Amino acid sequence: MNIKNTTKGFTDFFKDNSKIRNYLPQILTLLFIVFLIGYFTYNAQVNMDNRGIDFGFHFWGQEASFDIQFSLIEYDGSHSYGRAYLVGLLNTILVAVIGIFFATILGIIIGVSRLSSNYLISRVAEWYIEIFRNIPLLLQLFFWYFAALRALPLPKEAINFFDVSFLSVKGLYIPKFIWTNFDIFIYSIIAAIISIIFVYNYARKKQEQTGTQTPKFLISLGIIIVLPLLTFLIGGVSLSFEYPILKQMSETIFNYVGGAKIIPELMALAAALSLYTATFIAECVRAGILGVSKGQKEAAGSLGLTTGQILRLVVMPQALRIIIPPTTNQYLNLTKNSSLAAAIAYPDIVLVFAGTAMMQTGRAIEIVSITMATYLTLSIAISILMNWYNKKIAIKEK
Amino acid sequence: MIKKINILGTPTQDKLNLFVPMGIFFIILGFLDVILNAHFKINLTSFLPIWINYFAPLIFGFLGLHYIRIEFSGIKILDNLNKNINSNGFNALLTLLILFVLIQNIPPLLNWLFFDADFIGTSKEECSREGACWIFVNVWLKRFIYGLYPNAEIWRINLSFLLLIGFIIAGFLVPVKAKKYIIIFLLFVFPFIAMNLISGGNFGLEWVETAAWGGLSLTFIISIFALLFCFPIGMFLALGRRSSAPIIRYSSIGFIEFWRGVPLITVLFMASVMFPMFLPDGTYMDKLVRVIIAITLFEAAYMAEVIRGGLQALPRGQYDAGKSLGMGYWRMHLLVILPQALKLVIPGVANTFLALVKDTPLILVVGLLELVGMIDMAKSNPDWLGFATEGYIFAGVVFWIICFNMSRYSQRLERRYKTDR
Amino acid sequence: MSDKIIEMKEVNKWFGDFQVLKDINLMVNQKQKIVVCGPSGSGKSTLIRCINRLEEHQKGKIIVDGIELDENTKNIEQIRAEVGMVFQQFNLFPHLSILDNCTLAPIWVKKTPKKQAEESALKQLEKVQILDQAKKFPGQLSGGQQQRAAIARALCMEPKIMLFDEPTSALDPEMIKEVLDAMVNLAKGGMTMIVVTHEMGFAKEVADEVIFMDEGMIVEKQPTKDFFANPKSDRTKLFLSQIL
Repeated sequence: MNIKNTTKGFTDFFKDNSKIRNYLPQILTLLFIVFLIGYFTYNAQVNMDNRGIDFGFHFWGQEASFDIQFSLIEYDGSHSYGRAYLVGLLNTILVAVIGIFFATILGIIIGVSRLSSNYLISRVAEWYIEIFRNIPLLLQLFFWYFAALRALPLPKEAINFFDVSFLSVKGLYIPKFIWTNFDIFIYSIIAAIISIIFVYNYARKKQEQTGTQTPKFLISLGIIIVLPLLTFLIGGVSLSFEYPILKQMSETIFNYVGGAKIIPELMALAAALSLYTATFIAECVRAGILGVSKGQKEAAGSLGLTTGQILRLVVMPQALRIIIPPTTNQYLNLTKNSSLAAAIAYPDIVLVFAGTAMMQTGRAIEIVSITMATYLTLSIAISILMNWYNKKIAIKEK
Repeated sequence: MIKKINILGTPTQDKLNLFVPMGIFFIILGFLDVILNAHFKINLTSFLPIWINYFAPLIFGFLGLHYIRIEFSGIKILDNLNKNINSNGFNALLTLLILFVLIQNIPPLLNWLFFDADFIGTSKEECSREGACWIFVNVWLKRFIYGLYPNAEIWRINLSFLLLIGFIIAGFLVPVKAKKYIIIFLLFVFPFIAMNLISGGNFGLEWVETAAWGGLSLTFIISIFALLFCFPIGMFLALGRRSSAPIIRYSSIGFIEFWRGVPLITVLFMASVMFPMFLPDGTYMDKLVRVIIAITLFEAAYMAEVIRGGLQALPRGQYDAGKSLGMGYWRMHLLVILPQALKLVIPGVANTFLALVKDTPLILVVGLLELVGMIDMAKSNPDWLGFATEGYIFAGVVFWIICFNMSRYSQRLERRYKTDR
Repeated sequence: MSDKIIEMKEVNKWFGDFQVLKDINLMVNQKQKIVVCGPSGSGKSTLIRCINRLEEHQKGKIIVDGIELDENTKNIEQIRAEVGMVFQQFNLFPHLSILDNCTLAPIWVKKTPKKQAEESALKQLEKVQILDQAKKFPGQLSGGQQQRAAIARALCMEPKIMLFDEPTSALDPEMIKEVLDAMVNLAKGGMTMIVVTHEMGFAKEVADEVIFMDEGMIVEKQPTKDFFANPKSDRTKLFLSQIL
């Protein structure tokens, strides 16, 4: 008996023809994307025509005509928008580097404290994490900027650090470094680093051949101190300082003149970013240390290795493999979070470029795209680096 | 070096009765010194030179802890204490530092927060400024919660939230069959009800523009909407990313990596400034709607990665079993894969929800005033200048309570589902 | 004629309130092979872990090769260099190759030159028959191969005593034999060994003395033949009836 149903419906045709099943969704998706992009582009064109704006990047070389409060390189209103972008970018990198530095140190301390056998210490670390993790970063930033830093004294009664550095509500003043022959100093540092690499190589070879160990840490320390010092004595390098001095600007207003100024916006942003990201780094560190099984320490100990050797040769290599990927993710988050600068007027790339520059030129699409592209490039670059690193050090398994 | 300080030898168990009282004496001396110094301005050791005087309590405490550090004293409390906070000199020092810092700072802090603070009043003059002025928060509370929503219409917001909570509770209580309908209702019908209630314009309700929405209620509105929709979108993105069809796969990857690679502020700028350019000439999409869409897509990308982690963690055998039973792609995923994968990703999903709630204050850069934005506005009001601290502490406490409880709840969920496996 | 290489006198240990070792007295001579058996929780692992100070005893004396075990770190490190240990979970270092696992301690503790360390490591790996796996990583080896590598690693330090803490309990049945063979070879070579195990076949073949522990005490201690032929205590008889 032939019960087989000979009339095939559309869905049967669909199921039988596997090629169509494979390609149809893809073609549909492609059509959808193309349609969407076309729709947006068309609308954008119409809108821009109506407003008399054209699409283009020639604003890049135009004169910016606005000042930026804080800049690492020479800048004033006569420089181009392109240069303003650079200033913003450098400021973003600056606050990101400072934040990463402090967040890492603080995160390691707190992560290790969480594991301490001392009840008080581990509780304090736990409460730190719970408090700073559960409050929005923007709120913490506002607190530091509007509440904490505003409570600092006026320049007249500034907090005094050994008479060379002053902290007031207007900012942190530090001496300005004025170098002569700075390049010679840099060469000496590079030379020192190269010689340290040679020292370590030599020590390793010596250990392989004879088994004895050389005090490479002390020797390296000596090199990094002595070599740059020599440039001062005989290399013609010198360093002078310009100290901030209190001047009376008017009857009631005092301010510091000279020296270098770290604006409160930078301080508040760096503080908020560090304290917030440190909580996440602490959890990464804790997971890394816990991830190395107790048996590893025991096995290493039973072979006769000292505590320091166990930590250096057995525990840290394994812990770092667990710690580094999520920590790098946190570094990336910190860099993205630095964009909160826009809320407190720290001149980072968002405020300078996607804020002021965009308001002045009206070129929303170009500027926002460039800003987003900058962050995207950074993220993707770090992701690629991370993937390469992970593949290289992956613990080989079957 | 410590051995040299031993005037009477190392504390050992046999000399218990000598060392323990001595140790306790020194410890109490140290604490007394700190307390008297910090709160009563009495300096017990002022006859000592200034550097030693400053560290005197630390020295006393350290000496005291050293004397009670007996290895197997037999007294339970002492042994526990020693193993815990006094196991060696370094630990003892840290313990003392922490306790001293707490003693010096907690009482003044409590004073400022509670004992000297002003809670009752209606105007700035009634703030004595010795402690925190919570009158500020009291007076502005309605604004902090409801934004600039007209007072007479606030019941509409309350009603919407009550309905939501009611249906969620109902979702837990009804039998499994009806749960499906509750979810469909919440996802598709409730948004319309809420929209009409809160923005009005129909059914005889006065229209309230979205610019007037604000405060904590706006935080919740945005969070709940984004929460509801970023989850299914994220799920589709995750499945797309794992698909074998190259176009679907790469467009998913591109979409996800784009949203994950840029900061939320630039996304908000894009939504408020750039996006209107892409709409047909003359159409206007409400700013709040644009912002909610932007936030939803942003969080959906992170959600996609979390769900993808769960899909990857599932053993291949589950996929094989589903296929060998003749299940198609969608049926297999709906009935076998996703229910299991979702249990695995509960902590990640909860984390993303938490991040979403913590990200909502950013909308103040595009002019929408949720809780933090309202506090910003309040503290700049000429009648109420100078209360930034009280405002931010209030916001901090509110957010902390919400986020802390959310993370606790997700930890509980995770524990409950772990035992299933 | 044989020196006492391990002496344990009146050793007691507590974990908090719980007493895990009660008045342990044990003398081990050089080249002696001792098997320790007993139900779980009897304290057998704790016993041998006290010998290389992985656990600390609160009362009593432990003397290894003339050195007393106390808080003195130098003594502890000296003893650990002479006592090798093989763990139930192998505990190979996953980030190092098998060869590097074996040469790590000789290079850093005994300050052996790398080439020399590698040569002797390869010899040890050959003795346990995994020479071909030398450059591989622990994750790429089977359980039996990993445990044999762990034995070779411990032997590279040229210890006078080898402690085994249930070395075959975590292995699949077909791999137990290869590890036991390696241990038998080691025993025949004259090593002093203390082995905590349930493998009574191994005990019968190689052990000089068998110790039965229960609830923290040594219940019975006899030369191998007598232990299996005439167990004195009822608890021993019960235990033997359950595992044989």
